[in-house]
Amino acid sequence: MNITNIYQSKYSISIGLLFAMTMFVVSSCNNSETQTVANFTEISMQDEFDTNGAPDGTLWNYNIGTGDNGWGNNELQYYTDRSENITVQSGMLLITAEKEDYEGSVYTSARILTKGKFKQQYGRFEARIKLPYGKGMWPAFWLLGSNIDTVPWPGCGEIDIMEYKGQEPTTLHGSIHGPGYSGATPVTKTYMLENDRFDTGFHVFGIEWTPDYINYYVDDVLYNQITPADADGQWVFDQPFYILINLAVGGSFAGAPNEETVFPQTMLVDYIRVYKSNQ
Amino acid sequence: MKNRNYIYSKIIVLSGLLFISTVSCEREFSEDVAFATFPDTGEIFTDLPIGMGSDFYFPYGGSKPTAWTVDGENSYKGSASMRFDVPNADDLEGGYAGAIFRIDGAGSGRDLSGFDALTFWAKASIAVTIAEVGFGEDFGENKYLTTLPNLDLTTNWIKYIIPIPDASKLIQERGMLRYAASGIGEAGLEVGYSFWIDELRFEKLGTIAQPQPAIINGEDVIEPGFVDSEINLYERGLTQTFNLASGVNQTVNITPSYFTFNSSDIEVARVSELGIVSILGNGNVTITAMIGGVKAAGSLTLEVGGDFEFAPTPTLPQSDVISLFSDTYTNVFVDNHNPYWEGSTTLGEETTISGQNIISYTELNYVATVVTTTTPVNASNMTHIHLDLLTPDAPANFIIKIKDFGDDGVDGGGDDLEIAYTVPSSQITTDEWAVLDIPLSNFSGLNNKSNIGFIIIESGINTIYIDNIYYHK
Repeated sequence: MNITNIYQSKYSISIGLLFAMTMFVVSSCNNSETQTVANFTEISMQDEFDTNGAPDGTLWNYNIGTGDNGWGNNELQYYTDRSENITVQSGMLLITAEKEDYEGSVYTSARILTKGKFKQQYGRFEARIKLPYGKGMWPAFWLLGSNIDTVPWPGCGEIDIMEYKGQEPTTLHGSIHGPGYSGATPVTKTYMLENDRFDTGFHVFGIEWTPDYINYYVDDVLYNQITPADADGQWVFDQPFYILINLAVGGSFAGAPNEETVFPQTMLVDYIRVYKSNQ
Repeated sequence: MKNRNYIYSKIIVLSGLLFISTVSCEREFSEDVAFATFPDTGEIFTDLPIGMGSDFYFPYGGSKPTAWTVDGENSYKGSASMRFDVPNADDLEGGYAGAIFRIDGAGSGRDLSGFDALTFWAKASIAVTIAEVGFGEDFGENKYLTTLPNLDLTTNWIKYIIPIPDASKLIQERGMLRYAASGIGEAGLEVGYSFWIDELRFEKLGTIAQPQPAIINGEDVIEPGFVDSEINLYERGLTQTFNLASGVNQTVNITPSYFTFNSSDIEVARVSELGIVSILGNGNVTITAMIGGVKAAGSLTLEVGGDFEFAPTPTLPQSDVISLFSDTYTNVFVDNHNPYWEGSTTLGEETTISGQNIISYTELNYVATVVTTTTPVNASNMTHIHLDLLTPDAPANFIIKIKDFGDDGVDGGGDDLEIAYTVPSSQITTDEWAVLDIPLSNFSGLNNKSNIGFIIIESGINTIYIDNIYYHK
């Protein structure tokens, strides 16, 4: 997929397609270019996961262990950098949750982040991902404010591009957290797939972030727009953020796995791409 | 812009296709080409039966044949639904409701390969659990029979989803629906109720995913096998499980024909398409299976070590016995050796080993040998009950219950008695026949022996062979 494709597809599918068909029949292809829109055409970071082995060390760090109190969420997994939990194979990043006794935890998985290696203010952030399934699976593709070490969470801000519970395989959650609207009270919206699921194929999860809004996309569908007016507190999204991608097991969002949860479970990431904003 | 071009190019292709199909309509398919395709209609009942023909409702034996009607008073959507009146147990027309809906006409059928589930809306007059709802039963080979057991209905309309185990198999299916439901309450005294089904159709939901097929209930079982014997895998826990959009794992009971079986050594055992394992030679063999390329959980490993050692041949003369199951005697008529009662996990019934009849149970918790319910055995002149028992498992207590149907001579009616006698585990040895010859006087309280209906056995032993069940004097 090239950039033009991605961008165009967003506002075409139903009405756009009909419109295009009409245009073709009636006046053969005169495009109006009068719209003023934010453009996200210049790529600033991309990982296509084309080199087998560990993730690209120039882009990614690992979080190892259980953090404080399960990374603040009572998560049950121990994050490692072992190839059992994270590896690049056949053009995909594979993050795998295993059920195993390891360093006092009963599950292992992985979390990588671009902290100190890549950050950006505004732009389009997107990833093409096939998600795992089963109670207690909690994968996420998200951003944190790069000032987190001086302005602790939630003051630094958090943009959750994709969160999902394995027990709700058709439902996507997109949220922002900031001062006054964090933890259990973020600005959030869910999107439900019709006649499809997130664990049976790849879907593109993206945001387009400008000073005025954060637009949430899944595939070609714009399902939410969050503006500074929606935040019940200070808007903290005018500074650079870094990227995280992880597969948590258990925790306050998805709850613990049950005996029906099948292990191992793998999240497959085809690519992560970031575009600059022209605004 | 590039993408507009892309869309246009699709339109051009579409227009091109239209054009081609328009100008080329003179050409017809050669008559040599046989298109064996069947209608891919999904709807079975909306406000009336759809595409079923005129003769499609076939009740199960012993069920109330008039249980099903079209109800114009109640519907989830439209003007009518299907109503099922489950009778009381003592209903003279039949003590339960159950039937198949089969498309009329030999050679008919539908192509269901484009669907992934049978769906319907349903409710009941009271909250109740329906024993079985499914599809794929045609009273022929029943090759692709699929059943959702224990469907919980409420008094509100709810949508139910029965996943298709492997739709690619269903290119000509006649069995659109099957159901079996009995009343609520104690066995023999069940009270009826009504339930409704509406908007019954096969659908492509797109959310039926993550198949987890299983054989042998998903367990890896190792057991002895015997040359010249057969094992029916259909009786050994075949299931398919899908994860639904709700996140719920929905498990259906299915037939062997959905599976591709594999034998690790075809000199020792082979498996037919119908799931019959034929044991041919000595050695160890492991049977595994797949559905649609997905490996099934569970396996059956047979350690085939030689000929089966049968129970000692009974020596009493025929005139002194009333035999229920023995190759030595003429047996009285017995309905079956496993009624698959609700709550019973027991699998298996009568089978043959080297040409001799034997009863083989696995997953035993309790099971009955059911003498015909209309003509119970008169054992008034008998003094003992005899039964031979063999298990490869560790011994456990073995309970025999004799059910006296009482003066009315029928199951139920309030005058039945169930008297138990426990054979202690100390009388059972692993891999050795236990020859049980129990005085009927040990069944204390069994005063009336003239109307004995069932013999029920209960045990913690998992796998058991039984032979030579008879009363004698």
